[in-house]
Amino acid sequence: MPAFLFWIFALVMLGFGVAVVINRNPIASALSLVVCFMGLSALFMSLDAFFIGIIQVLVYAGAVMVLFLFIIMLLDLRAETRRKINVVAVVGGAAVAVAFFLQIYFVIGQLSVAKHPFPPLGAAKMDDVHNIGFLLFSNYNLPFQIIGVLVLVATIGVIVLSKRELR
Amino acid sequence: MVTLGHYLIVSGLLFTIGFAGVLLRRNIIIIFMSLELMLNAANLSLVAFSRFRLDGAGMPNYNAQVFVFFIITVAAAEVAVGLAIIVALYRARQTTHVEDVSSLKF
Repeated sequence: MPAFLFWIFALVMLGFGVAVVINRNPIASALSLVVCFMGLSALFMSLDAFFIGIIQVLVYAGAVMVLFLFIIMLLDLRAETRRKINVVAVVGGAAVAVAFFLQIYFVIGQLSVAKHPFPPLGAAKMDDVHNIGFLLFSNYNLPFQIIGVLVLVATIGVIVLSKRELR
Repeated sequence: MVTLGHYLIVSGLLFTIGFAGVLLRRNIIIIFMSLELMLNAANLSLVAFSRFRLDGAGMPNYNAQVFVFFIITVAAAEVAVGLAIIVALYRARQTTHVEDVSSLKF
């Protein structure tokens, strides 16, 4: 993948990621999140992880974002009315986030491995989906079934939480 | 030339954006979206490491991609349960603003 595509998609992803945080209207935030996840999916594909990229679009940009938009519609949220901004909290939060990023930046800067380019891929005998599926049903069979139970429990939990009368 | 470091820095920036969103915003739904951003930043660095560490046959390390698959599944379940809790909270208090929900505040 050419280098300029990496920069384009990284900028799209980060730009719309910032838009998620600074938009006052929840619907605009949710739609920015969709574009952000599209950029992330393109980055996955630039790393030759095509299956993960497709799953990212299907699960996040499809299912999860529809759920977010549905809840925003259900709650009838408008753009937030301006409240008194707690200046100390905002400045403190921004300072913590910047300090956190500087830490990550210097740790990665010290990492000698991070300066190497990606090695070229060998010729693929089987495609991505085949390899991941094989691993999923052999080495990771038990975790896969536990994930199935987890999704079932989450479904039942959502139904119980959504009932009108909690008792 | 795009190196592993570029992907890790982008991933760190995405995590920081999500982190800042959790710290700065007061709307529970936006906080929830920022949590998703943080989860996806972790996924990006996992996939970058998977592409960087090739196995003997020159294929990516698929263990990391299976891990990302599990993270996406758990995140989807988490979103469903979390949004149900937000709806229950809205029914009880008619608000999605974290400063209006301060029963546990010291």
